[in-house]
Amino acid sequence: MAILKTEELTYIYSEGSPFEKTAVDHVSIEIDEGEMVGIIGHTGSGKSTLIQHFNGLLKATSGKVLLDGVDIWADKTKIRDVRFKVGLVFQYPEYQIFEETVYKDIAFGCKNMGLDDTEIKRRVLETASDIGLPEELLKRSPFELSGGQKRRVAIAGVMAMKPEVLILDEPSAGLDPAGRDKIFECIKNYHGKYKNTVLIVSHSMEDTASFADKILVMNKAKVFCYDDTVNVFERAEEITQIGLDVPQITKVFIELKKRGLDFEKEVYTVDYAKELLLKYLKKGK
Amino acid sequence: MLKDITIGQFFPGDSIIHHLDPRFKIVMTLIFIVMIFTGESPICLGIGAVYTVTAVMLSGIKIKMFVKSIKPIMPFLLITAFLNILFINGGTVYFHWKFLKITSEGINVSIFMIIRIIMLIVGSSLLTYTTSPVTLTDAVESLLSPLKKLKFPVHELAMMMSIALRFIPTLIEETDKIISAQKARGAEIDTGSLINRVKNLVSILIPLFISAFRRADELATAMECRCYSGGKGRTRLRQLKSSSKDYIALAFTVFFLMCVIVVNMIYS
Repeated sequence: MAILKTEELTYIYSEGSPFEKTAVDHVSIEIDEGEMVGIIGHTGSGKSTLIQHFNGLLKATSGKVLLDGVDIWADKTKIRDVRFKVGLVFQYPEYQIFEETVYKDIAFGCKNMGLDDTEIKRRVLETASDIGLPEELLKRSPFELSGGQKRRVAIAGVMAMKPEVLILDEPSAGLDPAGRDKIFECIKNYHGKYKNTVLIVSHSMEDTASFADKILVMNKAKVFCYDDTVNVFERAEEITQIGLDVPQITKVFIELKKRGLDFEKEVYTVDYAKELLLKYLKKGK
Repeated sequence: MLKDITIGQFFPGDSIIHHLDPRFKIVMTLIFIVMIFTGESPICLGIGAVYTVTAVMLSGIKIKMFVKSIKPIMPFLLITAFLNILFINGGTVYFHWKFLKITSEGINVSIFMIIRIIMLIVGSSLLTYTTSPVTLTDAVESLLSPLKKLKFPVHELAMMMSIALRFIPTLIEETDKIISAQKARGAEIDTGSLINRVKNLVSILIPLFISAFRRADELATAMECRCYSGGKGRTRLRQLKSSSKDYIALAFTVFFLMCVIVVNMIYS
């Protein structure tokens, strides 16, 4: 069953002023429980605006967002509960850190939920270990940490709220490859452990292809396509035409296809490519 | 909620007002302010209103934008007007209760104040709406340049002003983002009890200050990398030039001021 659903969602920025701009244009999608969905698109394609509708930070100009089949704006006073169910991690989340210790900052969301201290403590410790923050770090000031660590503290702050849907906006932006891998590994583990729904916004196909069950491609405020990862990459050439990158390995296979080597399925991970090529070579002999 | 702040915003356009020399525009704004505050009779306010409306019409900027700039201060304005009505005495008494009196004088003063302040805001908004921050600071620098002889740091002041203006929208955007991020963590910012809201303000102010300092630091480094060393010997891409249009506009403004002064003399 769809945990999150949008119906003809439209959002217009600064309506009526000279700066009017449609950021999200009639988006209707369904996200099933437990799925890992990648959202990709250019800067300004509306992906960040779209996700801010999912937890009611923005209210759509027209259209609806349904969480568990209920319109999130049905009861305005309950919007905070929606935010606890749909956890949103913003881009560069380390800039939202403000408490004097790492522990307190991770606990901020839980405290707002009104949990008791023992439960908060349990959650903070659990999340910290999930995301690979050593316990002795919890007593330190978050401002002394490295960029990657700060990022993980900020993400942990939302994860500790145990949202049914976790949304991350560009969780790896501005990190070095090691930091990036670490973040994705943590997110994958988290998804594996709690089996909740995870949405990751990214502009990198490479990253997205490696974890997503489904991919939503946004282009110019509209849904370009939303489908299983394999099906999305079947349209790899169209995707390149709207100016988005496809994984390098997909590009290699597109070129191989042009040279007469046809594989029945689209390839988007290096592991799968390896498997296919080995099979092919064996057959050849 | 923060999107309603339009101070220092600039709406590019192609109207006569947009093309006036910014130095003249500043001077005219000052004359306009003098005009609306020296006028003592309703006729003077009328003259001011005619001037304001003419300027607004010529600028081609939507009335909606001006309404937006007045909106945030309206509550303060109404409260002060209300207090003025209660405590200023003179003229005919309409209502009397203990020490409170509503008099014709009080009502007059309040109405005058509201109209004056609205005109003041519309007039000064018009200046920033039609002048880009860069040209505005160039104009300030140019107008204050005689003070250089007195060793007054005119260039530095203008630079500070332009940086401040430049960063208003950035900081507003940043604040919006931080508010959203904290709201996403369940912080009560525009809902909940007053105490909670004040408490949660800390979660916005700290990140905002940190980022403002970081930005200032980065900007200083970037400026040094480009060998910025103050105003000495610095040339400009866009020179300020005044034309006959500017003098006509100035004459027009001065004419209105004179009218106000004459009306004042007749009525006093």
